[in-house]
Amino acid sequence: MDILFDNITALGSLTAIALGFGALLGFAAVKFKVEGNPIVDQIDALLPQTQCGQCGHPGCRPYAESVAEGEEINKCVPGGDDTIHALADLLGRDFVPLDEEHGATPESKMVAVIREDECIGCTKCIQACPMDAILGAAKQMHTVISDECTGCDLCVEPCPVDCIDMVPVTVTLQTWHWTAPKGIGSRPGELIPVRNIA
Amino acid sequence: MSRHIWDFHGGIHPPENKKQSSETSIRNPGIPDRLVVPVQQHIGSPGKPCVEVGQGVLKGQKIAEANGFVSLPVHAPTSGIVEAIDLHPVQHPSGMDALCVVIKPDGKDEWIEHSGRSDYNSLEKKAALNLIRDAGIAGMGGAGFPSVVKLGVKPDQKIKTLILNAVECEPYITADDRLMRERADEIVQGLQIIAWLIDAKETLIGIEDNKPHAIEAMRRATVDTAIEVVTVPTKYPSGGEKQLIYMLTGKEVRSGGIPADVGVVCHNTGTAYAIKRAIIDGEPLISRVTTLTGDCVADKGNYEVLIGTPVGWLLQQAGVKSTDLHRLVMGGPMMGFAMHNMTVPVVKTTNCLLVPTQQEFPDPAPEQPCIRCGSCAQACPVNLLPQQLYWFSKTKEFDKAAHYNLADCIECGACSYVCPSNIPLVQYYRFAKGEIRTQQQEQRKADHARQRFEARQARLEREEQEKERKRQERAKAAAAKQAEKKAAPAAKPAPSTAAGSGAENHGQTDLTKLQTAAASTMKRYKEAQKALLQAEKNESDNLEALRKKVGQLKDKADNAKAAFIDAKSAESKEPPALSSIKDDPLADLKKASADDFAAFKQAEQDLAEAEAQGSSEIDTLKQRVTELKARSDASKAAMKAARAKEKEQIQQKNAASDPVKTAKMEVAKQQVLLKKATKALQAAKDSDGGETEALEAKLKEAENLLEAAENTLKRIEKEHA
Repeated sequence: MDILFDNITALGSLTAIALGFGALLGFAAVKFKVEGNPIVDQIDALLPQTQCGQCGHPGCRPYAESVAEGEEINKCVPGGDDTIHALADLLGRDFVPLDEEHGATPESKMVAVIREDECIGCTKCIQACPMDAILGAAKQMHTVISDECTGCDLCVEPCPVDCIDMVPVTVTLQTWHWTAPKGIGSRPGELIPVRNIA
Repeated sequence: MSRHIWDFHGGIHPPENKKQSSETSIRNPGIPDRLVVPVQQHIGSPGKPCVEVGQGVLKGQKIAEANGFVSLPVHAPTSGIVEAIDLHPVQHPSGMDALCVVIKPDGKDEWIEHSGRSDYNSLEKKAALNLIRDAGIAGMGGAGFPSVVKLGVKPDQKIKTLILNAVECEPYITADDRLMRERADEIVQGLQIIAWLIDAKETLIGIEDNKPHAIEAMRRATVDTAIEVVTVPTKYPSGGEKQLIYMLTGKEVRSGGIPADVGVVCHNTGTAYAIKRAIIDGEPLISRVTTLTGDCVADKGNYEVLIGTPVGWLLQQAGVKSTDLHRLVMGGPMMGFAMHNMTVPVVKTTNCLLVPTQQEFPDPAPEQPCIRCGSCAQACPVNLLPQQLYWFSKTKEFDKAAHYNLADCIECGACSYVCPSNIPLVQYYRFAKGEIRTQQQEQRKADHARQRFEARQARLEREEQEKERKRQERAKAAAAKQAEKKAAPAAKPAPSTAAGSGAENHGQTDLTKLQTAAASTMKRYKEAQKALLQAEKNESDNLEALRKKVGQLKDKADNAKAAFIDAKSAESKEPPALSSIKDDPLADLKKASADDFAAFKQAEQDLAEAEAQGSSEIDTLKQRVTELKARSDASKAAMKAARAKEKEQIQQKNAASDPVKTAKMEVAKQQVLLKKATKALQAAKDSDGGETEALEAKLKEAENLLEAAENTLKRIEKEHA
């Protein structure tokens, strides 16, 4: 009899504990629910946000979403190897070289420039720009706000008079920085003459 | 009393090589034939040129305005003509061009009108700060941070210690040394101005013990002041701001912080001198003392050079033959950089031009692999791990380099100096720092781009929704219109019934419709009658048919008229017609009465006509006439009643608005009544009627009333007086 009673007590208390924790978990699941997939935000933060669509997705976030679902991480052309490395680190995957089918990484960052005297004011590039970086109105000359341009290339195709050029961003005194030494075996050359002091 | 000197970690003792230039006094090299003045000689945003090409400028005239908070103006170093404002090679390791104002001196060296304030204590601090800003003073130790930004102490910051950085620890450079030896008083004056500006509790001058003459000169200059001259042991880089602060106060400035965080402000000797010149003499920063040294220079020493003087010209004055020139270093041997262009100008931060011979500065040995000796870590004055930073920078693992506090590296070059493998470590760090800065900028740009893109997406969606909503609205409107069109023909065939049912909105239109119908049938009937008469006259054949037609039309016309009259009377009988009287009841009543009267007259006329024509409907018409007459009378009576009521209301209103007037009117009324009563009594007495008594009582009453009215009037008048 005692054994039965003990068993019932044990079962009862275990059930009560289980129910209690279950309720706690259920409450937490509702209270601390995370909207959306947080990993998508992290991936999106690593992408260069050019919204160029070269990866085959309509923008950076859609690509981030499909990467989160297992798509290859080597499709971002403007991001290049740096982005692939960062994504590989984040997702714990192996580094894969850039998929050349989506295009080669440009030598330097580009920016769109409209040859303004040739512009006919058709507004097609304005509609194509994902950044709202082109200024103008119908039958008025358009111009690119170069600080906002991400060099995504999307405005070049729609232009009926081909007056948009992609030009490399020039280095200014503000953006210049020292280059890396050439490495072992090379002479520091023009660098700081520290070692020369006799 | 000797102050405790803290010793910072690491540091090196390179050969000083200062004697070559420190033993001759400061010389004036003169005015070159062209001055190239960059609009940016400081950290921050470039100045904005405010002169035009061809314009004559005087010495000390502002040629570029400050453009923002962390920005400074630039002044003409001598009088002359602005020859050009364009891009020229400047003092930058990249060798790139920057905007410069080129001045062709006229040789007169004519000052612009300027005046100093020896009584700067009477100035407001803000005004003094503005003077310093307007003088274009940037930190002259090498970095070129606008001094005014450092001096503008925030109210919540308490500055305890002001330190004059007179250490000048880098080999070869003796500009501050010479300045202290020759112009110690002026430096101390500048230092006192700074101390006054920032309310410093104590002022220290830190000098390395390898400059005994300078120490002596400064001691002499500060003998009657509270300023303390502190000598520090010679060790590179004790002239680093954070290192000097630690040595003198034992306080460490945290990573990413500024000295003001620990209550210390540090200024360079040259800056203090420039501040004195700006406040007391009113002269902007247009020249500086620069050391010209290196074995290629024949006349080694310090020169007071106008800002904008081309380096090539200056070296010629100092006896450098261009054939001897092996390399040209701007700045000291530890932190300076090589220049390639001899047209580069001397700027506010140029403290040294080093022109060594090949023997003096042989080409550096090739870089060899790191042997992990750890010497660099022992030499680092900031307690970093240079070896780790080197690996991370080399393999471009910039986030790890940043994690190892690369940003705290002061790029002093001590690690490179001690490296047995000749690794240009500082170059690696500078490269990594630049890359990190670029990445941060790109990250900021990407975040900005994401925001813009999302804003655009949201906008497009909103526009789409707006369009959709408008489209739906239009569709709805079109459907409603269609339904209306369908409903209209259904309503048309039963106008008489509609009129009979007396739907309020349609009543009026139906009535008009009936009226026009009646009129048109009547017209057709008349025409037919005319035609009949004509036919009768002409004795036409179809008389019979015409007669029949006339008869039919007459019936129709009669019917239409009857329908119209019915509808009209039905409508006017309806209560809504009366109940709609709201805004101006009298006017409405008047209108109603007029309408009724007109209807009555019309009915009478119709009756007369009907009688004349012998119509069958005379009886009905007669009945209508009586009905309408009754209505007309009733409405007339109603109108009269309303008029009377309105009058009463107006009176009441007047009473409310002017009690005196009402009281007066009341008195007048009682007087009239009294008179009437008197007359009546007289008449009764005359005729000797039996009711005199009653009349007398009435008269009495009237008198009482009059009295009461008069009393009221008096009272009211008193009140209003």
